[in-house]
Amino acid sequence: MADTTDLEELRRGTDLVKRGFARMQKGGVIMDVVNPEQARIAEEAGAVAVMALEAVPADIRKRGGVARMADPADVEEIVDAVSIPVMGKARIGHTKEAQILEAVGVDMIDESEVLTPADDAYHIDKRDFTAPFVCGARNLGEALRRIDEGAAMIRTKGEAGTGDVNQAVHHQRSIKGAIRKIEGMTHEEREAYAREIEAPAELVHETAEMGRLPVVNFAAGGIATPADAALMMHHECDGIFVGSGIFGAENPPAMGEAIVEAVNNWDDPEALAEISKNLGKGMKGDANADLPEEEQMQDRGV
Amino acid sequence: MTLEAGVVAVQGDVEEHAAAIERAARSRGREVTVHEIRESGIVPDCDLLAMPGGESTTISRLLREEGIAPEIRDHVEAGKPLLATCAGLIVASSDARDDRVDELGLLDVSVERNAFGRQKDSFEAPLEVTGLVGENGDGDGDGDGDEDESPFPAVFIRAPAIDDVTGDVDVLATWEDRPVAVKQGPVVGTAFHPELTPDSRIHGLAFFENEAASVPEGGTLESEAESEAQTGAGVR
Repeated sequence: MADTTDLEELRRGTDLVKRGFARMQKGGVIMDVVNPEQARIAEEAGAVAVMALEAVPADIRKRGGVARMADPADVEEIVDAVSIPVMGKARIGHTKEAQILEAVGVDMIDESEVLTPADDAYHIDKRDFTAPFVCGARNLGEALRRIDEGAAMIRTKGEAGTGDVNQAVHHQRSIKGAIRKIEGMTHEEREAYAREIEAPAELVHETAEMGRLPVVNFAAGGIATPADAALMMHHECDGIFVGSGIFGAENPPAMGEAIVEAVNNWDDPEALAEISKNLGKGMKGDANADLPEEEQMQDRGV
Repeated sequence: MTLEAGVVAVQGDVEEHAAAIERAARSRGREVTVHEIRESGIVPDCDLLAMPGGESTTISRLLREEGIAPEIRDHVEAGKPLLATCAGLIVASSDARDDRVDELGLLDVSVERNAFGRQKDSFEAPLEVTGLVGENGDGDGDGDGDEDESPFPAVFIRAPAIDDVTGDVDVLATWEDRPVAVKQGPVVGTAFHPELTPDSRIHGLAFFENEAASVPEGGTLESEAESEAQTGAGVR
């Protein structure tokens, strides 16, 4: 056993360490929680991480007004309550909220359109942080711009707090469809496409060669049932965020466990049938089609 | 012959382990087919197994629900190799000091979860690991066991540490005086993530250079051209 390990060469916050953290979440369910009690229920149900926030998106939507980062004291309580990773949401472009969340010790920061954007032109420069970031995207251009800014994980935006999976499907299909398209392109066609979607050419080439986003790609926004979660896995997502779908349901522990098991069994309809039985009422939700444009969150931060 | 490899795939960085197993096999002139294990009934057909990183509470829960846990115990009891990394190490240990984890008791070690801190404390560093063999042996690809003890690029992500070792456990590496890589019979456990870097020496050690583990012989290829053709066909 050697004792000569060089401590001088220890490095934190590298892309490998940040993206590596995101990779460990794959095949898992990340659940929105607003207090330590919910965090414990989520952990017990098999969540790979919890997202600590002040109110779930469905309530943010109902309440209106400016939605901000949660009180750091509340986030800290949740951090102390569970052994799994804890994530927190900062407003788009709000570098200080993100720094505060990092100081509190959250394991990943969600620069999220669910909160009211703090900057209408720029996102946070995520490369400056030791903590990894996840960002929402509706299409390949948005996804690659966020990765260029330093995001270690991409999630579909979907339409948060609606309980309608329709927009998450739309965004995931858009990202995957664009990747299939660039896979068939020549070098110069990819260069032109990069300009068209306003993404760095280097990342377009890398994505085309890998046949997938260079970082982990989760689904989020409107996932409310085990079947919804399985549908997003069918669309080749690496894992699932569930916002209001668990604690907005009649029986959160049962719904949480069922969604975790559905992600593992997404390609087994008989197992999904068993998993989906007798879960009580899901969250009520609002159909995306009925949502006036000014109430949509997905158009924030492109 | 083609080896049947399994990666426990209920949650975690499964594709990374599959790719690392394929790299380790290819550089040693062996053929391998990798299977993802999300349900019971697949482990018994596997010659070697990897348990990935992820969240140990989630992995443990799903191994129990899906009836995979006893199959992994049988696999190790039969002397077949298992590589368990990070969360996999926690699940493979005999004591994770957490009620939410059902330890499989495959390594006589107790572990402390998140021993090096939260994600902001996660790090990569070169690590001295004993017993590693060069990726290509002496360069002829026959994997005949030439040592290569240059530091291993270790990635620690909210990593556990081993805080107590009993029985006939060999400690292969330490960090801050705590064991972070161990071997006991056919089982190799690491607190870090060898699947995240291209270096396949840990996978090689676990699956191809562990005398205590029984892996079917054969599959050694004569030429590089043949090697490419055959591994190409063997990969999923």
